[in-house]
Amino acid sequence: MTNSNTIIDLQNISFHYGDDYVLDDITFSIPEGAFVGLVGPNGSGKSTLIKIIFGLLKPQKGYVNIFGQRINKFHDWSKIGYVSQKANSFNSGFPASVFEVVSMGLTSKLGLFKFMKSSHRDAVHDALQLVGMNEYSSSNIGDLSGGQQQRVFIARALVSNPDILILDEPTVGVDANSTSDFYQLLGKLNRDNGITLLLVTHDIGTITDKVTHVACLNRSLHFHGETEEFEQFSDRDLSGFYGHHVHVLSHDHGHGGV
Amino acid sequence: MIQALWQFEFLQNAFLAGVLIGIIAPLLGVFIVVRRQALIADALSHITLAGIAASLLIGKYSSFWQGINPVYMGMAFSAAGSLFIEQLRKVYKHFEELAIPITLSGGIGLGVVFLSLADGFNSDLFNYLFGSVIAISRSDLVAVAVITVVVLVVVTLLYKELFFLSFDEEHAVVSGIRGKSIQFIFILLVAFVIAVSMQIVGVLLVSALMTLPVAASIRIAKGFKQTIGLSILFGELAVLGGLVLAYYLDIAPGGTIVLLSALILVAVLLFKRLKQRKS
Repeated sequence: MTNSNTIIDLQNISFHYGDDYVLDDITFSIPEGAFVGLVGPNGSGKSTLIKIIFGLLKPQKGYVNIFGQRINKFHDWSKIGYVSQKANSFNSGFPASVFEVVSMGLTSKLGLFKFMKSSHRDAVHDALQLVGMNEYSSSNIGDLSGGQQQRVFIARALVSNPDILILDEPTVGVDANSTSDFYQLLGKLNRDNGITLLLVTHDIGTITDKVTHVACLNRSLHFHGETEEFEQFSDRDLSGFYGHHVHVLSHDHGHGGV
Repeated sequence: MIQALWQFEFLQNAFLAGVLIGIIAPLLGVFIVVRRQALIADALSHITLAGIAASLLIGKYSSFWQGINPVYMGMAFSAAGSLFIEQLRKVYKHFEELAIPITLSGGIGLGVVFLSLADGFNSDLFNYLFGSVIAISRSDLVAVAVITVVVLVVVTLLYKELFFLSFDEEHAVVSGIRGKSIQFIFILLVAFVIAVSMQIVGVLLVSALMTLPVAASIRIAKGFKQTIGLSILFGELAVLGGLVLAYYLDIAPGGTIVLLSALILVAVLLFKRLKQRKS
């Protein structure tokens, strides 16, 4: 991990409310080009960790570096795309077209008092093309299915040309078929477009064959490394970690395909 | 009527103010409705009444103050009320909607007491509650025009931020948008627009101008910009149609405008249903 550029670097992060530790001494980093799965049961501190990465919460101990810069010095948030779990529970009656939703992703890149030019419009269509949703650009977002909406939110995160995409439980509320298409899309973005991905999920079973790195979080970090090593991480350890038996699917890696 | 419009200044004032309010009230209304804060307009209009009453009361004791348009005091109260609502929302995190009735009843209570002290209970109160087109002066019109320019400029400049914040506030803040400052500017604009609009439709009806046209357009529009466009179109239809009808039928303009907005809403809902049946 030391031989490539590190995009996000967390060092000894601890976060607690009173004596109640939510995160305990978390150290891990995301190298450029990786597809990291951050897994952990509900209440394991995943969302808190994401908030710390975005600077919305300050850890009591430790620090975050983004692109080698301390988080309080970092301002170029358009380099980081974000797809939230909330995207599924937005007000579906909101009268916005798919095009308008994706152009929201340019807001901070454009900056205050700036307007969209035709090159920005092209960027919106390119992002929609990438997720296969361009033909819906003038539909209202509320008229689409959950899986389609989530693709649109990926396009919104991609439109500012970020180096890394952070996805927080993106498949909650999306049906199984769309979920598998969705993971295929993520794999494609990672392989073909070189976008670094951090996928946060409680669903450990379905992601081990898609990601290149795994980080298991339950207050502290129980495992962090490449997926191959993770598969040797015994079932017993994992059951202790989740509190019940979990079966990790074994898959053939190393052929570059999913 | 056209002839009368040339002849009487008060009719010109009413129509010009109506045209401007027909633009800005639905424009801000779109953002309010999609954020599910439709009732905020009601609370602020009642606080505005308290401001106007306070101005009348001061005017009773100070002859200097009488030259100042009460609408400015109304704006100040409305702006203060908007900050008060934001504060109350933080205090009652789990009962955010409480901020509205607290502000609304507090405002009307204060307004009624001020008005009774200023001896304006009979004629003035009626005008403020239901609007009084005839009473719109040149200086009122100037206030409406200034507010219109401010609203149009600010909304144009902050459009993409306001849109993003309305759609998904948490995400917008994560993307580096300064949500708090922009929300503050927006709520001030709402307070100003309510203060100037209530002269036409009155305290009790002003929120209708911000919500009914939006309620209609949201059913048929494709996209956010079209929602804004249609809301303004419906708002103008209601204001101008209402003023004309009120003139010919000799009925209260404020009520006529609101009823016309409601009719437009019903027509749109019927249209939508027919369209759905066909397809």
